[in-house]
Amino acid sequence: MREPLRWAGQTVFFVAIAAMVGLFASWPSYRQFPEDQAQIKLSLSHGAQRVEACRRLSAEEIAKLPPAERRPNTCARERLPVHVQLLVDGDLVFDEVVAPGGLAGDGPARIYRKLIVEPGQRELVARLKDSDRPGAFDYEMRAEVSLAPQQSLAVDFRADAGGFVLR
Amino acid sequence: MDHARRPLRWLFDRAEAALGTIFPPAWNPLVNLGALGFFFYWIITASGIYVYIFFDTGVHQAFDSVEYMTHEQWYLAGVMRSLHRYASDGLVVVMLLHLLREWSLDRYRGVRWFSWIIGVPILVLVYVAGITGYWLVWDRLAQYVAIVSTEWLDQLPFFAEPVARNFLAPDALESRFFTLMIFMHIAVPLITLVLLWVHLQRITKPRINPPRGLMVGAFLSLLALSLVHPALSQGPADLARVPGTLQLDWFYLGLYPLLEHLPGPLTWGAAATLLIILLAMPWLPPLRKPAVARVDLGNCNGCARCAADCPYAAIAMVGRSDGLPFSAEAQVDPSLCVACGICAGACPTAMPFRRASALVPGIDLPELTIAALREEVERVGRALPRDAPRVLVFGCRHGVPLDGLRGAVALACTGQLPPSFIDYVLSKDLAEGVLLTGCREAACYNRFGIDWTKARLAGSRDPQLRRRVPRERVRTIWAGRLGAARLAAAVAEFQRDLATAAPLPRPAAPAPHHLAASDA
Repeated sequence: MREPLRWAGQTVFFVAIAAMVGLFASWPSYRQFPEDQAQIKLSLSHGAQRVEACRRLSAEEIAKLPPAERRPNTCARERLPVHVQLLVDGDLVFDEVVAPGGLAGDGPARIYRKLIVEPGQRELVARLKDSDRPGAFDYEMRAEVSLAPQQSLAVDFRADAGGFVLR
Repeated sequence: MDHARRPLRWLFDRAEAALGTIFPPAWNPLVNLGALGFFFYWIITASGIYVYIFFDTGVHQAFDSVEYMTHEQWYLAGVMRSLHRYASDGLVVVMLLHLLREWSLDRYRGVRWFSWIIGVPILVLVYVAGITGYWLVWDRLAQYVAIVSTEWLDQLPFFAEPVARNFLAPDALESRFFTLMIFMHIAVPLITLVLLWVHLQRITKPRINPPRGLMVGAFLSLLALSLVHPALSQGPADLARVPGTLQLDWFYLGLYPLLEHLPGPLTWGAAATLLIILLAMPWLPPLRKPAVARVDLGNCNGCARCAADCPYAAIAMVGRSDGLPFSAEAQVDPSLCVACGICAGACPTAMPFRRASALVPGIDLPELTIAALREEVERVGRALPRDAPRVLVFGCRHGVPLDGLRGAVALACTGQLPPSFIDYVLSKDLAEGVLLTGCREAACYNRFGIDWTKARLAGSRDPQLRRRVPRERVRTIWAGRLGAARLAAAVAEFQRDLATAAPLPRPAAPAPHHLAASDA
């Protein structure tokens, strides 16, 4: 091939490669989330109460312990599961009993769930039970929220803040 | 497995041949994929250092600092940002092509397992580096990348607290997390560089830099792309809103929609399976290992030409062990030798004229010895018809298939041929011309077979072709696997030229006994 033609061919090659790189670096577009919907993220990490409540050690039991490990109370490690419910406008959209984490079952229960909802005025009810107390949930939150399209509302739980929080 | 490789090999051969029409052989991008990867790495490093000067790692400042670079200082920092991104994309392209090409050429098994295995973590780290880079911009795309990545990581039972909770709401994110990401974005490429160095440990004279012309072309094309289509952010990240439509970089993020929508156990299982398959490939199945080169100390004078020519650093010169008065002897490392025979081609004792003693060179291939090669040359040469000028063709098993080609002698690699064989063929009247063929130029399967052959013929590398050999009776054509028609045409043209060439001076000495006997 003649030299000018080779140069032209090389130019075309480099232009084509650059075009290919530029093209697929941003095209085709990806519709990750419908623009006319909103999202609720229910996420929490919460350690439930222990399966066995802590109890006071007797003087004999304390005496049997190595001197460096003597303490007045003993607590079993294992925790209870956490039961969580979320209702949107009265519809139960999430209802799970989550086991505690960790090999010994002594870690927090973890929940991370994304829910797609219609935007607009919504009534949210979130409930959590982290004890073996019979009957009602230990925590409950009721809230009226106004969700805009593409809004992401986080429903979190912080025991130190008194229960569920919207973020 | 070879059936699976063959179509891809054919594609690469075709593409290489097509590019060979517009690029000089040494510039062919497909034979410079690894070197181009290095080149892109250096562009990424240089542009990254510049961009880092202006980058603010604060969660609320990161996006603004990138916007400043892109719009206020578009002529330098903006261009650097675009170069950083597009060179990263280019790196992915050449890296994947490099992987596929080496696989299609079956250059990943046997002694090459080491480079392949080291290449696998490099592949993973390049992606990790790229993804952390997208994260740092902290635009809507970064938000998507961060959330999908952490949600995917959370599928593993390692984290006490879901990592994705860091992106739960605008008040959840801390600048400390960005500091971690910038650390990763710098540390991971540095680890990659170390692995790249290890990747090249088992080959000699690795081609780290592409030819200058190819470098200039690649750089200018990236620069032009950066100016015409600069990399832009996609609006500031806002964890209170879900990004709707995004412009993904499909080179790095092409699998993210799958990570997002497929179950975690499936995607993690698929990723782990793919990784295990990649790591196990050199042994699926293992390469039948040919007998490695063998040193014959009685004929080795320690000249070190074999060690200098070995493309795989498989030969070391060590102290003499047999008491002969030479300073060193060649020692073959069987774990590195691929039995290409280039060492035998470099040995000054691989001299076919030798008759007083058995033809045993200082180093030789047990499965295709120099002595067996001489016998084959004599057999093939004697069988050539005399109705036209006779051309004896030396080829290799990775170039044009020589089956059925009259007057062809196959070598492990064309570099296995000691130049004295050419002299031998012509002076013993086995042919009027000698044609050497093999892989495509600059694409030698054994890396240096073509280069050393050309240098030996040109007299610039030992062992040299003797001056007495008429150069018009020696030709080369580096045709590659698909070059059968080119080779046939070259042979025909050579024959035509030989018909009108000056007669070949014949030595006065009689032919060796067994040749004379068979001629009779």
